[in-house]
Amino acid sequence: MNLNEQDCVKLSPLFRFQWEPAQNCHVLLYPEGMIKLNDSAGEILKRCSPDKSIAELIQELEQQFPAAEGLRDDVYDFLEVAHDNGWIQFAKPA
Amino acid sequence: MTTVGSNSQNLPKPLWLLAELTYACPLQCPYCSNPMDFDQYTRQKELSTEEWIRVLREARQMGAIQLGFSGGEPLVRQDLTTLIAEAHQLGYYTNLITSGVGMDVSRVAEFRSAGLDHIQVSFQASSEELNNFIAGTQAFEHKLAMAREVKKQGYPMVLCFVLHRENIEQIQDILELAIALEADYVELATAQYYGWAWENRNQLMPTREQLAAAEEIAHEYQAKTQGKMKIYYVVPDYYENRPKACMNGWGAVFLTIAPDGTALPCHEARQLPNLEFPNVRDASVDWIWNESPAFNAFRGDDWMKEPCRSCPEKGKDFGGCRCQAYLLTGDARNADPVCSLSPHHEQVEAVVSAARAVNLGQAEAKPLLFRNPQNAKRWRNSNT
Repeated sequence: MNLNEQDCVKLSPLFRFQWEPAQNCHVLLYPEGMIKLNDSAGEILKRCSPDKSIAELIQELEQQFPAAEGLRDDVYDFLEVAHDNGWIQFAKPA
Repeated sequence: MTTVGSNSQNLPKPLWLLAELTYACPLQCPYCSNPMDFDQYTRQKELSTEEWIRVLREARQMGAIQLGFSGGEPLVRQDLTTLIAEAHQLGYYTNLITSGVGMDVSRVAEFRSAGLDHIQVSFQASSEELNNFIAGTQAFEHKLAMAREVKKQGYPMVLCFVLHRENIEQIQDILELAIALEADYVELATAQYYGWAWENRNQLMPTREQLAAAEEIAHEYQAKTQGKMKIYYVVPDYYENRPKACMNGWGAVFLTIAPDGTALPCHEARQLPNLEFPNVRDASVDWIWNESPAFNAFRGDDWMKEPCRSCPEKGKDFGGCRCQAYLLTGDARNADPVCSLSPHHEQVEAVVSAARAVNLGQAEAKPLLFRNPQNAKRWRNSNT
């Protein structure tokens, strides 16, 4: 998938994203179901917003986790999976 | 409850809370999952708003996250908006499971502002005539209008169709209707033969040929609508060789609270004998889920008999459904007789062939027993 780093990431209206204390992780909720997210997926999704480009998102994550190697690739991989599953949509920044 | 060294992450949590707010319902579907004696649970015996709020709080504290407002018809409850608002504030993902009867444009909006996440609308068929016949009321046009309103107001929408002999051959029309209504998800669920559906099984059970044809169409549409509309096709276990992992295991994920406050591991469990199901009026949700004898009765595998006990698949299907085992073999601890390894498997085959004989006109077809208070009384008088 060719990501446009100027695009921003929006959560699909079919999903709700929240921290779930009982699961000790971030989750995506949808009609009658729940997807548990791992730490890095949670860190990426919680920073997504309609006024932030993917480039800014990656920059922010790099500042937060300076020791992480291959961070850009991880973000790309996750966004691809999330998009294929319909969890997120790409849009021009608001 | 947590002690040093214990890992509370490993205890099962009631992730799915089904709040059956009332058994009252304007529809009369002959496969209703409410108990045969639903008419005994009158509106006066229903939990109050305050009692429901306590249940919602306690279950949420224990990790419940998905909440279904169901019934009966949950729209009958005038406090539904209050309950939705409370549930939303507690962090639940809230699902309204409704026939659409009792809904109007302003209520759809009111629920939205209270924080309702999703609405599931049930249909009985894709044609007005059959829909209204099965529902026992003139509801089809209103359902269409309400489904359109649900989408218009921005909810994710699930459409649910219970499949049986009378509507299974319309599956293509059903799926086209779902596409036209812009459903996000469609549940095509074959009737589960308990309670009312069990009484009507000879009239409802589709043949193997009908199922095969329907499945082919369902799969074709699954491919066609991929990425737009998700189609769940729930196969009937009577034609399977292995049982379903019923409720994902007893007391593992699901907690149903019946209108009168009775807590059940599944909404059909009330029919099982020798189990005293606790009530939220007498005990905390924590005690009910973790400590009560009823919720522990079929946890783990100590209760299992052969062939389940030594079966390598017991961790996968948990021996199937306790209610089905009881209904068909008289002992809830037996293997679900759907399993070809069950010594009672021929019971399932007998039910299938009895239904087939009726379908082919080789045996007398009784009229459908519709779910209404008169039929509940009649049934009670002839079965006690």
